[in-house]
Amino acid sequence: MKRLARHPLFWPLGALALLLALNAAFNPGFLALGWRDGHLYGHLVDILNRAAPLMVVSLGMTLVIAVRGLDISVGAVVAIAATVAALLIGGAFNAGGEAASEHPLWLALGAALLVAAGCGLWNGLLVVKAGMQPIVATLVLMVAGRGIAQLLTGGQIITVYYPPFFTIGGGFLAGLPVALWIAAALWGGLHFALSRTALGLFIRAIGGNPEAARVAGVRSGAITLCVYTFCGLAAGIAGLIVSSNVRSADANNAGQLLELDAILAVTLGGTALTGGRFTLAGTVIGALIIQTLTSTIYSIGLPPEVNLVVKAVLVFAVMLLQSADFRALFMAAQR
Amino acid sequence: MNRRLLPLAVTILLFIGMATFGSVRYDGFLSLQVFLNLLIDNSFLCVAAVGMTFVILSGGIDLSVGAVMAFTTTLCAALLRAGWNPYATMAVALVLGAGFGAAQGYLIQRFRLAPFIVTLAGMFLARGCSYLISTESVPIDDATWVAIAQARIPLGFGGSLTVGALLAIATVLAAMRLAHATEFGRTVYAIGGDENSARLMGLAVNRARTGVYLLSGFTAALAGIVMSFYMLSGYSLHAVGLELDAIAAVVIGGTLLAGGVGYVAGTLFGVLILGIIQTLIAFDGTLSSWWTRIVVGVLLLLFCLLQRLFEKRSRRLA
Repeated sequence: MKRLARHPLFWPLGALALLLALNAAFNPGFLALGWRDGHLYGHLVDILNRAAPLMVVSLGMTLVIAVRGLDISVGAVVAIAATVAALLIGGAFNAGGEAASEHPLWLALGAALLVAAGCGLWNGLLVVKAGMQPIVATLVLMVAGRGIAQLLTGGQIITVYYPPFFTIGGGFLAGLPVALWIAAALWGGLHFALSRTALGLFIRAIGGNPEAARVAGVRSGAITLCVYTFCGLAAGIAGLIVSSNVRSADANNAGQLLELDAILAVTLGGTALTGGRFTLAGTVIGALIIQTLTSTIYSIGLPPEVNLVVKAVLVFAVMLLQSADFRALFMAAQR
Repeated sequence: MNRRLLPLAVTILLFIGMATFGSVRYDGFLSLQVFLNLLIDNSFLCVAAVGMTFVILSGGIDLSVGAVMAFTTTLCAALLRAGWNPYATMAVALVLGAGFGAAQGYLIQRFRLAPFIVTLAGMFLARGCSYLISTESVPIDDATWVAIAQARIPLGFGGSLTVGALLAIATVLAAMRLAHATEFGRTVYAIGGDENSARLMGLAVNRARTGVYLLSGFTAALAGIVMSFYMLSGYSLHAVGLELDAIAAVVIGGTLLAGGVGYVAGTLFGVLILGIIQTLIAFDGTLSSWWTRIVVGVLLLLFCLLQRLFEKRSRRLA
């Protein structure tokens, strides 16, 4: 039992189970799963589907935080990627009155992801080459990014009418939401890359002590650059999911405050903000906790306004539990 | 010239340059009232940015500023609607703001938590509390409050200022004194320079660290009151993202984000530069509002790069 409680995923999983139990107690049909229109149907599937963009962004954020960084521009990158994709698809109709795409879908999606990865690379260059603090370096894009997205759209919300695009955020594959498959694939790919190659070790080394890692021959600059680029790419994928789900790109509101939720998800999952220690599974659970919390507040009939206060209390609690000084205080009181 | 004054000089030159550009390019730009309006329209940002300057000087960051301002406007509007005395309302708002900041500061100092995360949670909490008070915009029609909001103090030559702008100027002056002529101010600079050295020197590091966040909470509440004069309403969605503008103003004002170097006066010019960008775009008439964000982003980038260059050079000299 003691060993179980020490497992890094014990507390995040416990919190998630508690939230789910609370939901099931208030709403007996909560855990029920049905099969409708050729796909799984139920509250749990809904939570997984809605949490997918946050999971994707948080996975990128986990790696950035693991190398002692922080990326507060992901919300703006989500808006930029959504805008680029929506603009390239456009609102064209063919002669038959059916919605058509101005450019092939793969080109639109590819361009959006490329731009997003470019944004991440830019952040990485500012951190690695210019030596700026991560918060400041990404603050630049956070401030300017939405402006750039609005510049591209001319301040309008771009609506997309092309049905194939809706599959990403609203479609189903083998009974489960496509967005969930994307998040799962990203998680699986990352897990493989980090545990089966030396990359994971390098990232832990850089986060633990950048100088020591560099002296030991880890190419910390190049790896850090890649990590930021990946974080931008992840934000781009999330942007595609979000804009496909709402069938439009809103430069001003897409991904609003997503950077904060992502950092929160990473922290809740047990990744240390000081770098070096990270857990991908924890981050996924963290993202699920946040989404379940939102759903819980709706389903047990609390006003949605409470959401932020509950989130704040949750962050304070997690922070204090992670603080060695707080635990020391607690232990001293127990003795 | 003192090398530490260089970023401040660049900021002031940039402001003068932008003002000259506007005056040459646009008719009617060069008037006393246009420049006084810079202060009037950005008075709440100025007050909030002054508190942020101290936080950044100490090497920290405060993301809760905008949310505390929104909370203050909704609280004031709700209390006034309930028939409270306006001055008692102001006092309660200021005490709550300072207390909120002090609580955040205590957590950061006592448990060595990251300021970024603590004030992020504080931002959720303050914004959430203002939602709990009211999700809709509450108009303020208290006679005293409206009278203060509409008062114009003539300065001669056809120019005038609002009470909010005067409060902003008073805050800047008081903060300059606090930063450069008190024990607290010197301690804040010392913490930003090197916390361990400051501790070894016997400075009251813990007290100053909590005090910095207390001050920031207080100025955020004051900024909220100034904003409620400006808007004459309390709304939980007021001042969304204002903390970023405040941070941008501090950085453009020449304060190093690593802490320890910077001037309150620079922050005033940082705020004025943000204001003059908006004024220039408004005078131009053909540029859209999102250019403001892009220009602010570019300026932020340039100033950070300048600071890095500056740091590298001074390290080589040392």
